[in-house]
Amino acid sequence: MKKLTELCLYEAREGLLNKDFTSKELVLDHIDKMESSRSLNAFITETPEIAIKSAEKSDLKLIKEENGELEGIPIGVKDMFCTKGVLTTASSKMLSNFIPPYESTVTGNLWSEGAVLLGKLNNDEFAMGSSNETSFYGPVINPWKGSNDKIDLVPGGSSGGSSASVAANIGLGALGTDTGGSIRQPASFTGTVGLKPTYGRCSRWGIIAFASSLDQAGPITRNVRDNSILLKSMCSHDTKDTTSSSKEIPNFENAVGRSIKGLKVGIPSEFFLKGMSNEIMEIWDKGKDWLKNSGAEIIDISLPNTKYALPCYYIIAPAEASSNLARYDGVRFGHSVKSSDINEMYKATRSEGFGDEVKRRIMIGTYVLSSGYYDAYYLKAQKVRSLITEDYSKVFKDVDVILTPSTPSSAFGLNEKSDDPISMYLNDIFTVPVNLAGLPAISVPAAHDSNGLPLGLQLIGRPFEEETIYSFAKIIEDCANFKNIENQWWLK
Amino acid sequence: MNNLIEGKTGDWELVIGIEVHAQIISNSKLFSGSSTSFGSDHNTQVSFIDAGMPGMLPVINSVCVEQAIKTGLGLNAKINNFSIFDRKNYFYPDLPQGYQISQFEQPIVGNGMITIDLDNGESKNIGIERLHLEQDAGKSLHDQHPSYSFVDLNRSGVALMEIVSMPDMRSPEEAQAYVKKLRNIMKYLQTCDGNMEEGSLRADINVSVRKPGDDLGTRCEIKNVNSIKFIGQAIVYEAKRQIDIIEKGSLVEQQTRLFDPKKGQTRSMRSKEESHDYRYFPDPDLLPLTFTDDFVKEIEKTLPELPDVRRKRFIEEYGLSSYDSNILVSEKETADYFEEAIKNSNPKLVCNWIIGELFSVLNKMNKSIENCPIRAKDLGELINLIDNETITGRIAKDVFEIMLDTGNDPISIVESNNMKQVNNSSEIEAIIDKIIENNPDQVNALSEKPNLIGWFVGQTMKETGGKANPKTVNEILNKKLLNKG
Repeated sequence: MKKLTELCLYEAREGLLNKDFTSKELVLDHIDKMESSRSLNAFITETPEIAIKSAEKSDLKLIKEENGELEGIPIGVKDMFCTKGVLTTASSKMLSNFIPPYESTVTGNLWSEGAVLLGKLNNDEFAMGSSNETSFYGPVINPWKGSNDKIDLVPGGSSGGSSASVAANIGLGALGTDTGGSIRQPASFTGTVGLKPTYGRCSRWGIIAFASSLDQAGPITRNVRDNSILLKSMCSHDTKDTTSSSKEIPNFENAVGRSIKGLKVGIPSEFFLKGMSNEIMEIWDKGKDWLKNSGAEIIDISLPNTKYALPCYYIIAPAEASSNLARYDGVRFGHSVKSSDINEMYKATRSEGFGDEVKRRIMIGTYVLSSGYYDAYYLKAQKVRSLITEDYSKVFKDVDVILTPSTPSSAFGLNEKSDDPISMYLNDIFTVPVNLAGLPAISVPAAHDSNGLPLGLQLIGRPFEEETIYSFAKIIEDCANFKNIENQWWLK
Repeated sequence: MNNLIEGKTGDWELVIGIEVHAQIISNSKLFSGSSTSFGSDHNTQVSFIDAGMPGMLPVINSVCVEQAIKTGLGLNAKINNFSIFDRKNYFYPDLPQGYQISQFEQPIVGNGMITIDLDNGESKNIGIERLHLEQDAGKSLHDQHPSYSFVDLNRSGVALMEIVSMPDMRSPEEAQAYVKKLRNIMKYLQTCDGNMEEGSLRADINVSVRKPGDDLGTRCEIKNVNSIKFIGQAIVYEAKRQIDIIEKGSLVEQQTRLFDPKKGQTRSMRSKEESHDYRYFPDPDLLPLTFTDDFVKEIEKTLPELPDVRRKRFIEEYGLSSYDSNILVSEKETADYFEEAIKNSNPKLVCNWIIGELFSVLNKMNKSIENCPIRAKDLGELINLIDNETITGRIAKDVFEIMLDTGNDPISIVESNNMKQVNNSSEIEAIIDKIIENNPDQVNALSEKPNLIGWFVGQTMKETGGKANPKTVNEILNKKLLNKG
């Protein structure tokens, strides 16, 4: 028999239902794996006691056949989700002492389906970053290493702990959040499957806000089927979040394996970037061939405003963040520096509590909203955002999905880009437009580059058509036959 | 009416615009389920949303939306079916989110107009620029500890309507009449209790002065004035201050000022340069607020009769004077009391008793009509007793006093104190005969001084303990002493 940590989510689900093993056995193996993988720094808080207790409860339910859809399945949760009674930091010094007295809707949904919390996963501070290097708790190390060198690589960000833990088989899946690519880019860097659902599919209630109009929770897993299973349990219509959708929640798993015959795939010309590596071009071409060979029609399309997406995003996201992060003032919770003057207290609290990247974005956001600059930046960016959204609605009259690379490169080295915010921001060039348009998109591992590192392909779908995305993703997964990490070098 | 103010360099005209913050009557806050009741212990009515906890999201309370629409309709204003909530960003310890959710460019209610009633009987139309919904902040307490400030978040998130007038007022009296009228309309609509002491209604007053016919002068805003009296005082002081500055050859500086009721003065809070950049932008947590015309029509159907219409009805239906009607409707509670009292009795008499006896007693007791110890029904009954000649007017005053003291109803008071009017003419005649017999000098003097008849009336009433039917007394005396009738 496989080691229990070698199983994927749907295999473990089957094993539990067949009583091949108990949830406690499954969870204990994962706790061992979590503890022996600490060198990856994927977890900020490990919750073995909670996990064992939940597993024991799940085992009782499994015996009584009162199990939920994720009964006894251990998963990790990005530290942006508030978890009742469990430290929730957003990977920031500002919240390094924050224990929420409430549970986010999405995690609450998982627990009510029987899922088991392994621990809280590291991420870029307040989900701002593309390498997980901005975390107050230190960087997460990518379990992948290039074949030719020994350097440590970043797992992508901001959901770096989520992607790394899933790639390293610590947990059967993980929750991430995606504001500009924070699920798909790390999924691409770690050879995992990461989906950003349609804006409104998952409730944002209880998720620490970065940019409210862009933030969306999503699953990271080791395969497409697992992803569809995890997503189903995350979704709900939540009256506590006005932007949460009341659309019916389908059984996404049914779409995995569905034929794509006769469906149309758009290839946007604007995603061919100057200086993009041949390797990226090659896997993109491979992806087209796989889908074509499976009966889909490939169509060249144009999304003319794509080039404005990144600057537009880097105005809107910081603007919202500058306001969302104003509540961290040291008055009621979190890090606080005392002073006899309230303004000094604010200054000291926020200077100490926030890291450089967060401060940078707060300053950008404050600037673009200031009187005299609002029209030139924020208002213009909102108009551009509408144009980008229109680009996609037009194209989706002709095609069912859009195929692009997930990232312009494979995982890079630790500290390689951390001093160069612009080159860091360019990582999100393929993922950001999707958030601006509120669309669902997935990154599926498609190949290894010449250095043996994973590369992902991105599939973008119509609003609330995650099912179509899963059907296409499954084809790519099957054709790519992607091999996971062989050398678990980080284990102690 | 001439409102000009005399200065050293000639006459000055006052220009006043008012922003009223009115707390909406609702059980829960604008974006959370917390209670809104006043006077609870500190920080006992605070949800995670009101405290600005991480990951919390606002959800609009539809009752507050209905209340704003209702108020807009009461102000004869345009209701906007599409409006936007914006964030007004600034740091303050009693503002937990670091921003106030308000409405900036697209408010729920647009232009409207109300008619104010002045003491001289004139009326004037005042334009309403807009009404928007916003959250209240918490309260900072600086007097609880020698070195710390405390914050009470009970008010945090409570729904307010900010109602902005056009700069249409020209005197302190007009400004006072405007706030009174606005308050009264909202009390009629039951959208705001209008309690200025508890802070349910506060006014920011924009004051500027100019020479008649000139362009608008530089204005100063006096923040958070919380009584009608202070509104008058603050404007008078501020107008004089600005005129003095200009007449000395200086310029008025645009400022936000505070009124100090103890000194009767305004003082600078911050200048224009120090004003915040609030970085307004649409709140991404909230969708635009939209509703249909039908929704507005349904609310319109529930509108109660408003003071102007009620006054007109009082004049037409009850034959009251315009002046009396105005007094009755200017406080909703008074008009309600009046209409309750007249259910079975004479409206004119009731009106006189309310404006006369009742007001003077309430004034003395420093009570409002809501706390009146005499039930409206009982006052009506008392007036019926006079009207149907069960008691005399004089006795009625005694009954009224007993009602005040005991809270008993007038009929049982009259019964148990044997206060019924004596209508039996032979009984009265016997008493009068006795008085005539015992006072020959007065009878003789009558031919010289016919007014002495009043003395006989008085004596008769004294003998009967005020219970003799005054009409009968007059008839008999006239017949016996003046050979009339």
